[in-house]
Amino acid sequence: MERLSPSARSDRYGSRINREQSPWRALSVPYLTIMVASLLPFLVLADVLPLIPPLGFLMFLGWRIMRPGLLPLWAGVPLGAFDDLYSGQPFGSAVLLWSIAMIVLELIEARFPWRGFWQDWFTAGLGASLYILIAMLVSGAPFTPEMLVTILPQIILAILLYPFTAQLIAGLDRFRLSRSRRVG
Amino acid sequence: MAPPSSRRSGFSKKAQYSVFTGYLLATLGALVGLGLLALSLWQPQAFAPLRGAAQDVVSPAGRAAALTRSGSGGVWDTITAYWNAGQQNAELREEVEIARIRLAEAEAVAAENERLRALLALAEGEIMPVATTRLIGSSATSSRRFAYIGAGRVDGVEVGMPVRSARGVVGRVLEVARASSRILLLTDSESVLPVRRASDNTVAFAEGRGDGFLRIRLINLGLNPLEEGDVLVTSGAGGYYRPGVAVAVLTELTPDGGIARLVADPSATDFVSVEPIYEPVAVGASLTPQTERISADEEQSAAPGAAD
Repeated sequence: MERLSPSARSDRYGSRINREQSPWRALSVPYLTIMVASLLPFLVLADVLPLIPPLGFLMFLGWRIMRPGLLPLWAGVPLGAFDDLYSGQPFGSAVLLWSIAMIVLELIEARFPWRGFWQDWFTAGLGASLYILIAMLVSGAPFTPEMLVTILPQIILAILLYPFTAQLIAGLDRFRLSRSRRVG
Repeated sequence: MAPPSSRRSGFSKKAQYSVFTGYLLATLGALVGLGLLALSLWQPQAFAPLRGAAQDVVSPAGRAAALTRSGSGGVWDTITAYWNAGQQNAELREEVEIARIRLAEAEAVAAENERLRALLALAEGEIMPVATTRLIGSSATSSRRFAYIGAGRVDGVEVGMPVRSARGVVGRVLEVARASSRILLLTDSESVLPVRRASDNTVAFAEGRGDGFLRIRLINLGLNPLEEGDVLVTSGAGGYYRPGVAVAVLTELTPDGGIARLVADPSATDFVSVEPIYEPVAVGASLTPQTERISADEEQSAAPGAAD
Protein backbone atom coordinates (compact mmCIF):
# COMPACT_ATOMS: atom_id res chain seq x y z
CA MET A 1 0.00 0.00 0.00
CA GLU A 2 1.21 3.45 -0.83
CA ARG A 3 2.24 5.54 2.18
CA LEU A 4 0.74 8.99 2.78
CA SER A 5 3.04 11.98 2.77
CA PRO A 6 4.08 12.78 6.41
CA SER A 7 2.74 16.33 6.10
CA ALA A 8 -0.66 15.35 4.78
CA ARG A 9 -2.31 15.23 8.18
CA SER A 10 -0.59 18.25 9.76
CA ASP A 11 -0.95 22.00 9.72
CA ARG A 12 1.46 24.69 10.85
CA TYR A 13 1.08 23.60 14.49
CA GLY A 14 2.10 20.05 13.66
CA SER A 15 -0.01 16.93 13.58
CA ARG A 16 -3.74 17.58 13.55
CA ILE A 17 -4.68 14.60 15.62
CA ASN A 18 -3.98 13.77 19.27
CA ARG A 19 -3.55 17.39 20.20
CA GLU A 20 -5.15 19.41 22.97
CA GLN A 21 -5.16 23.04 24.07
CA SER A 22 -3.64 24.11 27.37
CA PRO A 23 -6.43 24.68 29.93
CA TRP A 24 -4.37 27.28 31.82
CA ARG A 25 -3.79 29.35 28.72
CA ALA A 26 -7.38 28.97 27.54
CA LEU A 27 -8.71 30.41 30.81
CA SER A 28 -6.10 33.00 31.71
CA VAL A 29 -5.50 34.86 28.44
CA PRO A 30 -8.67 37.04 28.59
CA TYR A 31 -8.02 38.11 32.18
CA LEU A 32 -4.32 38.78 31.65
CA THR A 33 -4.84 40.81 28.47
CA ILE A 34 -7.55 42.94 30.12
CA MET A 35 -5.25 43.61 33.07
CA VAL A 36 -2.33 44.55 30.82
CA ALA A 37 -4.64 46.89 28.88
CA SER A 38 -5.70 48.50 32.19
CA LEU A 39 -2.07 49.00 33.10
CA LEU A 40 -0.83 50.47 29.80
CA PRO A 41 -2.31 54.02 30.12
CA PHE A 42 -0.54 54.37 33.50
CA LEU A 43 2.79 54.44 31.68
CA VAL A 44 1.76 57.24 29.30
CA LEU A 45 2.32 60.78 30.47
CA ALA A 46 -0.81 62.82 29.74
CA ASP A 47 -0.67 66.09 31.64
CA VAL A 48 -3.13 68.19 29.67
CA LEU A 49 -6.01 66.04 28.47
CA PRO A 50 -7.25 62.52 29.12
CA LEU A 51 -5.68 61.34 25.88
CA ILE A 52 -5.88 57.57 25.95
CA PRO A 53 -9.25 55.83 25.69
CA PRO A 54 -9.93 53.41 28.57
CA LEU A 55 -8.05 50.49 27.04
CA GLY A 56 -8.90 48.11 29.85
CA PHE A 57 -12.62 48.65 29.40
CA LEU A 58 -12.36 48.39 25.59
CA MET A 59 -10.57 45.05 25.95
CA PHE A 60 -13.16 43.89 28.48
CA LEU A 61 -16.01 44.88 26.16
CA GLY A 62 -14.26 43.23 23.23
CA TRP A 63 -13.81 39.88 24.97
CA ARG A 64 -17.39 39.99 26.24
CA ILE A 65 -18.85 40.80 22.83
CA MET A 66 -16.69 38.45 20.77
CA ARG A 67 -16.71 35.47 23.15
CA PRO A 68 -19.99 35.60 25.06
CA GLY A 69 -20.04 33.30 28.05
CA LEU A 70 -16.28 33.17 28.46
CA LEU A 71 -16.19 35.80 31.21
CA PRO A 72 -18.66 35.10 34.02
CA LEU A 73 -21.28 37.75 34.69
CA TRP A 74 -19.48 38.93 37.82
CA ALA A 75 -16.07 39.32 36.11
CA GLY A 76 -16.45 43.11 36.20
CA VAL A 77 -15.83 43.15 39.96
CA PRO A 78 -12.23 41.83 40.17
CA LEU A 79 -11.15 43.25 36.82
CA GLY A 80 -12.74 46.63 37.57
CA ALA A 81 -11.04 46.75 40.97
CA PHE A 82 -7.69 46.16 39.29
CA ASP A 83 -8.43 48.92 36.76
CA ASP A 84 -9.36 51.33 39.57
CA LEU A 85 -5.94 50.90 41.18
CA TYR A 86 -4.21 52.44 38.17
CA SER A 87 -6.76 54.60 36.38
CA GLY A 88 -6.79 57.59 38.75
CA GLN A 89 -10.57 57.32 39.13
CA PRO A 90 -11.98 57.06 42.65
CA PHE A 91 -11.83 53.43 43.77
CA GLY A 92 -15.06 51.65 42.96
CA SER A 93 -16.04 53.50 39.79
CA ALA A 94 -14.85 50.74 37.44
CA VAL A 95 -16.22 48.02 39.76
CA LEU A 96 -19.64 49.63 39.41
CA LEU A 97 -19.50 50.54 35.72
CA TRP A 98 -17.97 47.27 34.50
CA SER A 99 -20.54 45.21 36.43
CA ILE A 100 -23.36 47.27 34.96
CA ALA A 101 -21.85 46.87 31.49
CA MET A 102 -21.86 43.07 31.94
CA ILE A 103 -25.53 43.02 32.95
CA VAL A 104 -26.56 45.38 30.15
CA LEU A 105 -24.68 43.36 27.52
CA GLU A 106 -26.34 40.18 28.80
CA LEU A 107 -29.76 41.80 28.39
CA ILE A 108 -28.90 43.08 24.91
CA GLU A 109 -27.77 39.58 23.96
CA ALA A 110 -31.01 38.04 25.19
CA ARG A 111 -32.88 40.49 22.96
CA PHE A 112 -30.65 40.19 19.85
CA PRO A 113 -29.04 36.74 19.92
CA TRP A 114 -27.66 36.95 16.38
CA ARG A 115 -25.25 39.78 15.78
CA GLY A 116 -22.68 40.88 13.21
CA PHE A 117 -19.54 42.96 13.25
CA TRP A 118 -21.27 46.27 12.53
CA GLN A 119 -23.76 45.81 15.33
CA ASP A 120 -20.95 44.81 17.69
CA TRP A 121 -19.07 47.95 16.73
CA PHE A 122 -22.20 50.01 17.40
CA THR A 123 -22.70 48.39 20.81
CA ALA A 124 -19.05 48.76 21.80
CA GLY A 125 -18.88 52.38 20.57
CA LEU A 126 -22.02 53.36 22.44
CA GLY A 127 -20.84 51.48 25.54
CA ALA A 128 -17.40 53.10 25.51
CA SER A 129 -18.85 56.60 24.97
CA LEU A 130 -21.29 56.22 27.83
CA TYR A 131 -18.54 54.75 30.01
CA ILE A 132 -16.19 57.71 29.39
CA LEU A 133 -19.00 60.20 30.05
CA ILE A 134 -20.15 58.56 33.29
CA ALA A 135 -16.56 58.01 34.46
CA MET A 136 -16.03 61.76 34.04
CA LEU A 137 -19.15 62.53 36.06
CA VAL A 138 -18.09 60.28 38.97
CA SER A 139 -14.39 61.22 38.86
CA GLY A 140 -14.78 63.58 41.82
CA ALA A 141 -14.02 66.70 39.78
CA PRO A 142 -16.67 69.42 39.49
CA PHE A 143 -18.46 69.23 36.16
CA THR A 144 -17.69 72.09 33.77
CA PRO A 145 -18.42 72.54 30.04
CA GLU A 146 -14.66 72.48 29.34
CA MET A 147 -14.40 68.94 30.66
CA LEU A 148 -17.08 67.86 28.18
CA VAL A 149 -14.86 69.16 25.38
CA THR A 150 -11.79 67.38 26.73
CA ILE A 151 -13.39 63.92 26.61
CA LEU A 152 -14.48 64.30 22.95
CA PRO A 153 -11.15 63.17 21.42
CA GLN A 154 -11.10 60.28 23.89
CA ILE A 155 -14.59 59.15 22.82
CA ILE A 156 -13.72 59.39 19.11
CA LEU A 157 -10.52 57.40 19.63
CA ALA A 158 -12.37 54.77 21.64
CA ILE A 159 -14.94 54.29 18.86
CA LEU A 160 -12.30 54.13 16.13
CA LEU A 161 -10.25 51.65 18.14
CA TYR A 162 -12.90 48.90 18.21
CA PRO A 163 -11.98 47.21 14.89
CA PHE A 164 -8.35 47.01 16.00
CA THR A 165 -9.36 45.66 19.40
CA ALA A 166 -11.56 43.08 17.67
CA GLN A 167 -8.66 42.05 15.42
CA LEU A 168 -6.34 41.80 18.41
CA ILE A 169 -8.82 39.74 20.39
CA ALA A 170 -9.35 37.41 17.44
CA GLY A 171 -5.59 36.83 17.32
CA LEU A 172 -5.40 36.33 21.08
CA ASP A 173 -8.31 33.92 20.90
CA ARG A 174 -6.44 31.85 18.28
CA PHE A 175 -3.42 31.80 20.58
CA ARG A 176 -5.63 30.91 23.54
CA LEU A 177 -7.07 27.85 21.84
CA SER A 178 -4.05 26.74 19.85
CA ARG A 179 -3.03 23.16 20.51
CA SER A 180 -0.20 22.76 22.95
CA ARG A 181 -0.21 19.15 24.11
CA ARG A 182 -0.06 15.80 22.44
CA VAL A 183 -2.54 13.36 23.90
CA GLY A 184 -1.47 9.75 24.26
CA MET B 1 -22.04 35.53 16.82
CA ALA B 2 -24.93 33.88 18.59
CA PRO B 3 -24.48 32.87 22.21
CA PRO B 4 -23.52 29.20 22.57
CA SER B 5 -26.56 26.99 23.07
CA SER B 6 -25.09 25.71 26.33
CA ARG B 7 -25.93 29.08 27.84
CA ARG B 8 -29.65 28.71 27.23
CA SER B 9 -31.13 27.39 30.43
CA GLY B 10 -34.23 25.72 28.94
CA PHE B 11 -36.11 23.52 31.38
CA SER B 12 -33.01 22.49 33.39
CA LYS B 13 -33.41 23.68 36.96
CA LYS B 14 -29.62 23.57 37.46
CA ALA B 15 -28.96 25.78 34.45
CA GLN B 16 -31.72 28.17 35.51
CA TYR B 17 -30.24 28.49 38.99
CA SER B 18 -26.73 29.13 37.64
CA VAL B 19 -28.01 31.91 35.35
CA PHE B 20 -29.88 33.39 38.28
CA THR B 21 -26.78 33.20 40.51
CA GLY B 22 -24.72 34.94 37.83
CA TYR B 23 -27.18 37.84 37.70
CA LEU B 24 -27.31 37.98 41.48
CA LEU B 25 -23.52 38.11 41.85
CA ALA B 26 -23.18 40.76 39.13
CA THR B 27 -25.85 42.92 40.79
CA LEU B 28 -24.19 42.50 44.18
CA GLY B 29 -20.86 43.44 42.56
CA ALA B 30 -22.40 46.59 41.11
CA LEU B 31 -23.82 47.49 44.54
CA VAL B 32 -20.44 46.87 46.20
CA GLY B 33 -18.88 49.09 43.52
CA LEU B 34 -21.44 51.81 44.24
CA GLY B 35 -20.62 51.61 47.95
CA LEU B 36 -16.86 51.74 47.33
CA LEU B 37 -17.33 54.68 44.96
CA ALA B 38 -19.39 56.61 47.50
CA LEU B 39 -16.79 55.87 50.18
CA SER B 40 -13.88 57.02 48.04
CA LEU B 41 -15.70 60.19 46.95
CA TRP B 42 -16.48 60.94 50.60
CA GLN B 43 -12.99 60.02 51.91
CA PRO B 44 -10.59 60.29 48.94
CA GLN B 45 -7.67 59.00 51.02
CA ALA B 46 -9.48 55.84 52.13
CA PHE B 47 -7.88 53.57 49.52
CA ALA B 48 -4.49 55.30 49.44
CA PRO B 49 -2.55 52.34 50.94
CA LEU B 50 -4.06 49.92 48.42
CA ARG B 51 -3.33 52.22 45.49
CA GLY B 52 0.14 52.94 46.87
CA ALA B 53 1.08 49.27 47.02
CA ALA B 54 -0.19 48.76 43.46
CA GLN B 55 1.75 51.84 42.34
CA ASP B 56 4.95 50.56 43.94
CA VAL B 57 4.60 47.28 42.04
CA VAL B 58 4.57 48.92 38.61
CA SER B 59 6.93 51.79 39.34
CA PRO B 60 9.98 49.93 37.90
CA ALA B 61 8.09 49.60 34.61
CA GLY B 62 7.22 53.29 34.90
CA ARG B 63 10.88 54.19 35.33
CA ALA B 64 11.81 52.19 32.24
CA ALA B 65 9.01 53.91 30.31
CA ALA B 66 10.25 57.31 31.51
CA LEU B 67 13.75 56.52 30.24
CA THR B 68 12.37 55.47 26.85
CA ARG B 69 10.17 58.54 26.75
CA SER B 70 13.02 60.96 27.37
CA GLY B 71 15.15 59.13 24.78
CA SER B 72 12.49 59.12 22.08
CA GLY B 73 11.52 62.71 22.89
CA GLY B 74 15.12 63.69 22.23
CA VAL B 75 15.15 61.97 18.83
CA TRP B 76 11.92 63.66 17.79
CA ASP B 77 13.20 67.06 18.93
CA THR B 78 16.38 66.60 16.92
CA ILE B 79 14.44 65.81 13.74
CA THR B 80 12.13 68.79 14.26
CA ALA B 81 15.11 71.03 14.89
CA TYR B 82 16.64 70.06 11.50
CA TRP B 83 13.38 70.75 9.77
CA ASN B 84 13.05 74.30 11.10
CA ALA B 85 16.75 75.16 11.24
CA GLY B 86 16.86 78.13 8.81
CA GLN B 87 13.85 79.99 10.11
CA GLN B 88 14.84 79.30 13.69
CA ASN B 89 18.31 80.70 13.13
CA ALA B 90 16.97 84.11 12.15
CA GLU B 91 14.47 84.13 14.99
CA LEU B 92 17.09 83.12 17.53
CA ARG B 93 19.49 85.82 16.35
CA GLU B 94 16.83 88.42 16.97
CA GLU B 95 15.99 86.90 20.34
CA VAL B 96 19.62 86.89 21.45
CA GLU B 97 19.84 90.63 20.75
CA ILE B 98 16.82 91.30 22.94
CA ALA B 99 18.05 88.86 25.58
CA ARG B 100 21.37 90.71 25.83
CA ILE B 101 19.55 93.93 26.60
CA ARG B 102 17.32 92.21 29.13
CA LEU B 103 20.34 90.57 30.73
CA ALA B 104 21.94 93.93 31.33
CA GLU B 105 18.71 95.14 32.89
CA ALA B 106 18.52 92.04 35.03
CA GLU B 107 22.04 92.57 36.28
CA ALA B 108 21.06 96.03 37.41
CA VAL B 109 18.00 94.66 39.16
CA ALA B 110 20.07 91.92 40.80
CA ALA B 111 22.53 94.44 42.10
CA GLU B 112 19.76 96.56 43.53
CA ASN B 113 18.14 93.44 44.98
CA GLU B 114 21.40 92.53 46.70
CA ARG B 115 21.68 96.02 48.17
CA LEU B 116 18.10 96.04 49.47
CA ARG B 117 18.47 92.56 50.89
CA ALA B 118 21.63 93.59 52.69
CA LEU B 119 19.66 96.52 54.12
CA LEU B 120 17.03 94.12 55.42
CA ALA B 121 19.70 91.68 56.65
CA LEU B 122 17.78 88.80 55.09
CA ALA B 123 19.68 85.56 54.75
CA GLU B 124 18.60 83.80 51.57
CA GLY B 125 18.60 80.13 52.47
CA GLU B 126 18.95 77.84 49.48
CA ILE B 127 16.14 75.27 49.54
CA MET B 128 17.49 71.76 49.14
CA PRO B 129 15.11 69.39 47.34
CA VAL B 130 13.92 66.37 49.31
CA ALA B 131 14.25 64.11 46.30
CA THR B 132 14.96 64.39 42.59
CA THR B 133 13.17 61.86 40.43
CA ARG B 134 11.34 61.20 37.20
CA LEU B 135 7.64 61.31 36.40
CA ILE B 136 6.85 57.61 35.95
CA GLY B 137 3.22 57.72 34.91
CA SER B 138 -0.07 59.53 34.87
CA SER B 139 -3.81 58.98 34.85
CA ALA B 140 -4.01 59.11 31.07
CA THR B 141 -7.59 57.81 30.77
CA SER B 142 -9.27 59.63 33.65
CA SER B 143 -10.67 63.15 33.67
CA ARG B 144 -8.60 63.83 36.77
CA ARG B 145 -5.01 64.91 36.22
CA PHE B 146 -2.69 62.91 38.46
CA ALA B 147 0.92 61.98 37.86
CA TYR B 148 3.15 59.50 39.63
CA ILE B 149 6.77 60.07 40.63
CA GLY B 150 9.40 57.50 41.49
CA ALA B 151 10.17 58.71 45.01
CA GLY B 152 8.20 57.88 48.13
CA ARG B 153 8.27 57.52 51.89
CA VAL B 154 11.77 55.98 51.93
CA ASP B 155 13.10 59.10 50.17
CA GLY B 156 11.48 61.40 52.73
CA VAL B 157 8.57 62.57 50.58
CA GLU B 158 5.52 63.70 52.57
CA VAL B 159 1.97 64.68 51.69
CA GLY B 160 1.63 68.30 50.61
CA MET B 161 5.18 68.84 49.37
CA PRO B 162 5.45 70.90 46.18
CA VAL B 163 6.86 69.24 43.06
CA ARG B 164 8.65 71.37 40.49
CA SER B 165 10.70 70.98 37.37
CA ALA B 166 13.53 73.19 36.19
CA ARG B 167 10.96 75.46 34.49
CA GLY B 168 8.38 75.87 37.22
CA VAL B 169 5.73 74.33 39.45
CA VAL B 170 4.34 70.94 38.37
CA GLY B 171 2.04 70.05 41.26
CA ARG B 172 1.77 68.87 44.81
CA VAL B 173 2.18 65.48 46.50
CA LEU B 174 -1.22 63.95 47.25
CA GLU B 175 -0.48 60.40 48.40
CA VAL B 176 2.79 58.81 49.42
CA ALA B 177 3.59 55.12 48.99
CA ARG B 178 6.81 53.34 49.88
CA ALA B 179 8.80 54.08 46.72
CA SER B 180 6.41 56.17 44.65
CA SER B 181 3.96 59.02 45.16
CA ARG B 182 0.88 60.36 43.49
CA ILE B 183 0.88 64.07 42.69
CA LEU B 184 -1.95 66.44 41.86
CA LEU B 185 -1.01 68.34 38.71
CA LEU B 186 -1.82 72.04 38.44
CA THR B 187 -4.18 71.35 35.54
CA ASP B 188 -6.47 69.16 37.65
CA SER B 189 -9.80 70.81 38.30
CA GLU B 190 -9.40 70.38 42.08
CA SER B 191 -6.04 72.19 42.17
CA VAL B 192 -5.90 75.76 43.50
CA LEU B 193 -2.66 77.70 43.76
CA PRO B 194 -2.16 81.24 45.09
CA VAL B 195 -0.18 83.28 42.54
CA ARG B 196 0.88 86.85 41.87
CA ARG B 197 1.93 88.70 38.75
CA ALA B 198 5.71 88.59 38.41
CA SER B 199 6.01 92.31 37.69
CA ASP B 200 3.94 93.62 40.61
CA ASN B 201 1.85 92.35 43.50
CA THR B 202 -1.46 91.65 41.79
CA VAL B 203 -2.56 88.52 43.67
CA ALA B 204 -4.86 85.84 42.29
CA PHE B 205 -5.76 82.16 42.46
CA ALA B 206 -4.76 79.81 39.66
CA GLU B 207 -7.38 77.08 39.40
CA GLY B 208 -7.03 74.10 37.12
CA ARG B 209 -9.78 73.74 34.50
CA GLY B 210 -9.19 70.10 33.65
CA ASP B 211 -8.43 70.89 30.00
CA GLY B 212 -4.78 71.93 30.29
CA PHE B 213 -5.40 75.60 31.06
CA LEU B 214 -5.50 77.47 34.34
CA ARG B 215 -8.24 79.90 35.24
CA ILE B 216 -6.78 82.97 36.95
CA ARG B 217 -9.19 84.57 39.42
CA LEU B 218 -8.15 87.94 40.82
CA ILE B 219 -8.65 88.40 44.55
CA ASN B 220 -9.29 92.15 44.28
CA LEU B 221 -12.09 92.51 41.78
CA GLY B 222 -12.53 95.74 39.89
CA LEU B 223 -10.69 96.83 36.80
CA ASN B 224 -8.75 93.87 35.46
CA PRO B 225 -5.09 94.96 35.47
CA LEU B 226 -3.82 91.80 33.75
CA GLU B 227 -2.55 91.73 30.20
CA GLU B 228 -1.90 88.92 27.78
CA GLY B 229 1.64 87.59 28.17
CA ASP B 230 1.88 88.36 31.88
CA VAL B 231 3.93 85.80 33.80
CA LEU B 232 2.41 84.51 37.03
CA VAL B 233 4.57 83.21 39.85
CA THR B 234 3.75 81.58 43.18
CA SER B 235 2.98 84.11 45.90
CA GLY B 236 3.89 81.88 48.83
CA ALA B 237 0.49 82.37 50.47
CA GLY B 238 -0.81 79.25 52.17
CA GLY B 239 2.70 78.12 53.01
CA TYR B 240 3.05 75.17 50.60
CA TYR B 241 5.06 76.71 47.77
CA ARG B 242 7.97 79.04 48.14
CA PRO B 243 7.32 82.43 46.49
CA GLY B 244 8.66 83.41 43.11
CA VAL B 245 8.48 80.14 41.15
CA ALA B 246 7.06 80.49 37.64
CA VAL B 247 3.59 78.98 37.16
CA ALA B 248 1.85 80.17 34.02
CA VAL B 249 1.64 82.71 31.19
CA LEU B 250 -1.62 84.57 30.59
CA THR B 251 -3.11 83.89 27.16
CA GLU B 252 -6.63 85.27 27.35
CA LEU B 253 -8.45 87.86 29.45
CA THR B 254 -11.77 87.34 31.20
CA PRO B 255 -13.76 89.84 33.34
CA ASP B 256 -12.45 88.37 36.61
CA GLY B 257 -8.92 87.50 35.57
CA GLY B 258 -7.86 85.37 32.68
CA ILE B 259 -6.92 82.03 31.20
CA ALA B 260 -3.29 81.00 31.47
CA ARG B 261 -1.07 78.35 29.98
CA LEU B 262 1.34 76.30 32.11
CA VAL B 263 5.04 77.15 32.07
CA ALA B 264 6.23 73.72 33.21
CA ASP B 265 4.71 71.19 30.84
CA PRO B 266 5.04 67.93 32.81
CA SER B 267 5.25 65.78 29.69
CA ALA B 268 8.18 67.85 28.42
CA THR B 269 10.13 67.65 31.66
CA ASP B 270 12.70 65.00 32.34
CA PHE B 271 13.40 65.28 36.05
CA VAL B 272 11.32 66.82 38.81
CA SER B 273 12.36 67.71 42.32
CA VAL B 274 10.24 67.40 45.44
CA GLU B 275 10.78 70.36 47.74
CA PRO B 276 10.00 70.61 51.45
CA ILE B 277 6.86 72.49 52.46
CA TYR B 278 7.87 76.14 52.52
CA GLU B 279 6.22 77.22 55.77
CA PRO B 280 4.92 74.19 57.74
CA VAL B 281 3.78 76.55 60.51
CA ALA B 282 1.59 78.50 58.13
CA VAL B 283 0.12 75.29 56.73
CA GLY B 284 -0.70 74.10 60.24
CA ALA B 285 -2.29 77.42 61.14
CA SER B 286 -4.45 77.46 58.02
CA LEU B 287 -5.99 74.05 58.71
CA THR B 288 -9.70 74.22 59.37
CA PRO B 289 -11.01 72.42 62.46
CA GLN B 290 -12.47 69.74 60.18
CA THR B 291 -9.10 68.81 58.68
CA GLU B 292 -7.42 69.10 62.05
CA ARG B 293 -9.65 66.41 63.41
CA ILE B 294 -8.83 64.17 60.48
CA SER B 295 -5.12 64.86 60.88
CA ALA B 296 -5.34 63.97 64.54
CA ASP B 297 -6.82 60.64 63.50
CA GLU B 298 -4.43 59.81 60.71
CA GLU B 299 -1.41 61.82 61.78
CA GLN B 300 -0.72 62.74 58.17
CA SER B 301 -3.68 64.76 57.07
CA ALA B 302 -4.96 65.14 53.57
CA ALA B 303 -3.46 68.24 52.05
CA PRO B 304 -6.23 70.82 52.02
CA GLY B 305 -6.70 73.18 49.09
CA ALA B 306 -4.15 75.95 49.32
CA ALA B 307 -7.01 78.42 49.17
CA ASP B 308 -7.94 77.98 52.81
